[in-house]
Amino acid sequence: MLIRRSFQTLAATFVVALALPAQAQFRVEISGVGATQLPIAIAKFRDEERATPSLSISSIVRADLERSGQFRSVDAPGALDENSAPVFTEWRSRAADALAAGSITRLADGRFDVRFKLWDVVKGTMIAGQSTAVEAGDLRLAAHRIADTIYEKLTGNKGVFSTRIAYVTKGGGRYTVRVADADGEGGQVALTSAEPIISPAWSPDGKQLAYVSFERQKAVVYTQDTATGARREIANFRGSNSAPSWSPDGQTLAVTLSRDTGSQVYLIDRSGSIVRKLTSSNAIDTEATFAPDGRGVYFVSDRGGGPQIYRTSTSGGNAERVTFSGNYNISPAISPDGRTLAYISRVGGAFRLHTLDLASANAQPIAVTDTSDDEHPSFAPNGRLIIYASRAQGRDVLMTTTLDGKIKAKLLSTTADVREPSWGPYGR
Amino acid sequence: MNLTQSLSTRGALLAVVGAALLAGCSSVPLDSTVPVETRNTTAGAGGTGGTTGGAGQSRVEPVDLTKNAGNASGLGRVIYFDFDSYVVKDEYRGTIDSYAKALAADRKKHLSVEGHTDERGGREYNLALGQKRAEAVAKSLALLGAGDSQVEAVSFGKERPAVQGSDEAAWAKNRRAELNYR
Repeated sequence: MLIRRSFQTLAATFVVALALPAQAQFRVEISGVGATQLPIAIAKFRDEERATPSLSISSIVRADLERSGQFRSVDAPGALDENSAPVFTEWRSRAADALAAGSITRLADGRFDVRFKLWDVVKGTMIAGQSTAVEAGDLRLAAHRIADTIYEKLTGNKGVFSTRIAYVTKGGGRYTVRVADADGEGGQVALTSAEPIISPAWSPDGKQLAYVSFERQKAVVYTQDTATGARREIANFRGSNSAPSWSPDGQTLAVTLSRDTGSQVYLIDRSGSIVRKLTSSNAIDTEATFAPDGRGVYFVSDRGGGPQIYRTSTSGGNAERVTFSGNYNISPAISPDGRTLAYISRVGGAFRLHTLDLASANAQPIAVTDTSDDEHPSFAPNGRLIIYASRAQGRDVLMTTTLDGKIKAKLLSTTADVREPSWGPYGR
Repeated sequence: MNLTQSLSTRGALLAVVGAALLAGCSSVPLDSTVPVETRNTTAGAGGTGGTTGGAGQSRVEPVDLTKNAGNASGLGRVIYFDFDSYVVKDEYRGTIDSYAKALAADRKKHLSVEGHTDERGGREYNLALGQKRAEAVAKSLALLGAGDSQVEAVSFGKERPAVQGSDEAAWAKNRRAELNYR
């Protein structure tokens, strides 16, 4: 933690709806109550409107930091760039603890030089400075990397803004897997199909997606290299093949197969050969996900009646029940430190994102949302945010939330249904 | 982390930075007296596209299956299930029997039994519930003479509803198994 003092508590609800004139589809909707947030001023980057009229670097940085729940934006009037000498007393009077400013210059070779500096206003010192030359297609990435640098310098934790997410959109009779920036923007199409696609899952190296496609009129698990488009059918046994999840070392996948009747969890290798049948019950066993240590697997089973989350060892043995509250608990996701379980629990008729502290014996589940149709949680690689699908205004939407549920953001503004998010690892 | 370094060498360093940029270095610190991350954003392939058509590490190659799609299942016979139930009701005994007889009479025939659920709950768990419905129908077919290898039980979960809607009337029509010859 670099700036330790004068964090401020924001007691009021705030909603930031920030529409950029040049790129109307980039709209940030963030809401939350009562979080402890570091006030930061991010000045408009010099020449950003002229050099890159289609996107605002400073707005992307600002939105990233606000979405994290750990920052609050302070107005940054006036012209500033990385060469400015900020008058710190002035910024202190604006109640900013940190200040960032920068510039964008178009280079002779067509690339853009993106520069920025970050100052600790409280101490009156510079904390970071960076210059990056990027192609036009990398400008959003450059902005996210600036946000990552600021986040890491000021919180001591690694930022996730330059990571990628995958999700499925449904619209116009098509299902599309998209790979996008962590804010949901800049999406590129990985796969388009007339048939449903569900359950995308990133490989640990961030190069491949596993998913379930119904293109053969049944559920078949594929892996796809996102950079080349090369696909591989890795589970197409008799019956249904679904719910892929990668082991932390990327060598094994857990999948749900019904090849021997009944949905059961199997481990398969990268070529699709069965390594082991992991569960053996007369009930439904599905939605396996690996613990970060690679030795445990969490999964959903209705062996006790309704669906509950269980844990078993990858080397076999008995399964132990993990969730006890409620009679419908599904879609487990485990935080990168292995301490927090995120899952969907039915409360009354509502399907709601919950968390459970796995590290303490008597922990009670915490409802993180008050919505009714939450699905498919996935942790950010730093464990500080969860992305999940929900419904708003009759559409499937993607949301992020802090683990305490205090700061939520809706990603993307689109008329398509957006669902099945999977947060990719660090790096690209 | 050292936060107290001076900014005095900044101007001179910027000149160095400029030269480094021209030399093709993509990411350099603005002030080496301060700890700064140096990042190889464009190492190798020279780009990490964030928007359309990006090159390098972020490039995503699109695959389009819609051009060779088209064998969506036709309208087969439908067997409906009660809420939270996987029991094939007696009223469908005749339907099952006629399919079983047809399969027994022609061992080259293959039948796909597709299980479906209503929209409530998770996609994967519903896929497994639909599978359970399909397997119940497949078991009935086998008991009445269909060969095991002639019948494949599969599931679409809640992904392919027969009717849209979020009321009991719609849900009842979506809790079903469809029988389609392949």
